[in-house]
Amino acid sequence: MSSPLLTVSCLAKRYHRGGKTIAAVEDVSFVIEPGETLALAGPSGSGKSTIARLVLRLIEPDAGRIQFEGDDFFALSGSALRARRARLQMVFQDPLAAFNPRATVARVLDDALRIHGIASRTERPRRIAALLERVGLNADLAPRAIHEISGGQRQRVAIGRAIATNPSLIVLDEAVSALDVSVRGDILNLLLDLQAKERIAYLFISHDLGVVRAIAHRVVILDAGRIAESGDARAVIGAPQSAIGKALVTATPKLHRTTAS
Amino acid sequence: MSVLRRFLRTPEAIAGAIILAALFAMALSASLLFPGDPQAIAGPALLPPFQDWSLPLGTDRLGRDVLAELFHGSRTSLAVGLAAATAALVIGAIVGTLAGFAGGLVDEVLMRITDAFQTVPGFLLALAFVSVVGPSLGVVVMAIALGAWTGPARVARAEVLSIRERDYVAGARVIGMHPLEIAFREVLPNALPPVLALSSVIVAAAILTEAALSFLGLGDPNRVTWGGMIAEGRTVLRTAPFLSIIPGVALVLTVLGVYLAGEGVVETTAVRRSLS
Repeated sequence: MSSPLLTVSCLAKRYHRGGKTIAAVEDVSFVIEPGETLALAGPSGSGKSTIARLVLRLIEPDAGRIQFEGDDFFALSGSALRARRARLQMVFQDPLAAFNPRATVARVLDDALRIHGIASRTERPRRIAALLERVGLNADLAPRAIHEISGGQRQRVAIGRAIATNPSLIVLDEAVSALDVSVRGDILNLLLDLQAKERIAYLFISHDLGVVRAIAHRVVILDAGRIAESGDARAVIGAPQSAIGKALVTATPKLHRTTAS
Repeated sequence: MSVLRRFLRTPEAIAGAIILAALFAMALSASLLFPGDPQAIAGPALLPPFQDWSLPLGTDRLGRDVLAELFHGSRTSLAVGLAAATAALVIGAIVGTLAGFAGGLVDEVLMRITDAFQTVPGFLLALAFVSVVGPSLGVVVMAIALGAWTGPARVARAEVLSIRERDYVAGARVIGMHPLEIAFREVLPNALPPVLALSSVIVAAAILTEAALSFLGLGDPNRVTWGGMIAEGRTVLRTAPFLSIIPGVALVLTVLGVYLAGEGVVETTAVRRSLS
């Protein structure tokens, strides 16, 4: 088997508050294979989002290593890091907060293409239209302001920006939690579709095990910054071993019903 | 269009807009209505206002037309006020953004420099600067901006500190945008509204500072200024008080107009924000 896409080993992040040290993430290790979806699940405050931000190097870790596409990701800095960011993208929970309030749809996508030199200035409008179509949007949407379009459309634009730079891994931080149920299904299908076509791996962060079961191959359940259990998504959700895993499953009513019937 | 209508809803804003419009009209029409040198002798000395209708506001100690001087003086006041405020806002916004966005040592150094400027009274700073470099319009503008940029810098920094933590800044980093581009293209434009709200206060203060410098004889000697006119009239204050009163009233009205219009703009943007 080829080497994994992302290897996270012994990752730790601690915060210091009034003389006390709080471990947000402690001794977390996992791997993601190319084209695979790994879900990070856990209750609020379990360190899911901190791990996402560490993997993206939005914050720096206190300990641990991350290997991404065979390179030590923490050794990169400056322009080398910015160039490598093309391969590792993110979709945020709140699609309104994730974009500059002054931006238009076209500008959001244009920035990604321009920064990584993916297309020339004259070619970019066509690339933007193609990207919008790939995420199931009409190309007419390009000149619209971000705040004018609906939440579901915004999240599609966010996915469009993430795939614009041909990434091998996208971190989805509660990417469907803020959407209403009908839109959520559409976005999940879009993600599955993109993964099937382009073998993009996802690090899918969610507190909703119903959604995790629908999209993830494997799941890591976190509790208070540590890994409580991990394994095949269906197996873990079907028969959770850890206390927190059981609590999460019982807290998902829909899932409860489907497993009972 | 609807923004303009909302702006003109409050009486302060209307008054301010009228005063400012009159001032701009004065400044623009000065060389049309009063061609030639306003500092040239136009009639007998110390002619009181409303005596001779070719010289409606009378003449000063040297027989110069007061109305012509008033019109030409409005140009200096407006030019210096706007240029100094623009310079102060630009410098302040850049320094504040860099300090707030970079954080750490850069923030410390920039903010201690801001503190240093803020502890020296702005007028004293301008006075010292003009005395050393010599009076000319550009130097006066720089001198006033030097004492006025600290306010915008502090406001911009405070705003940037809150914007910096937003998701869209993280998003810009994730797509690999250069930190300077994030600071000036993503963060600064969104930090500007509260900084711009300061502009009317700064313009008004700049106009007053310019007048004070001219009054002390540190204005551009080749230009008519209202401050200079007041200083000129001071020597004959008992016999011809109108020579100081007329430019004084013009100055008061101008500063009032700038304040009122600024207030109107803040009010308009506040309504817009609460609506959206």
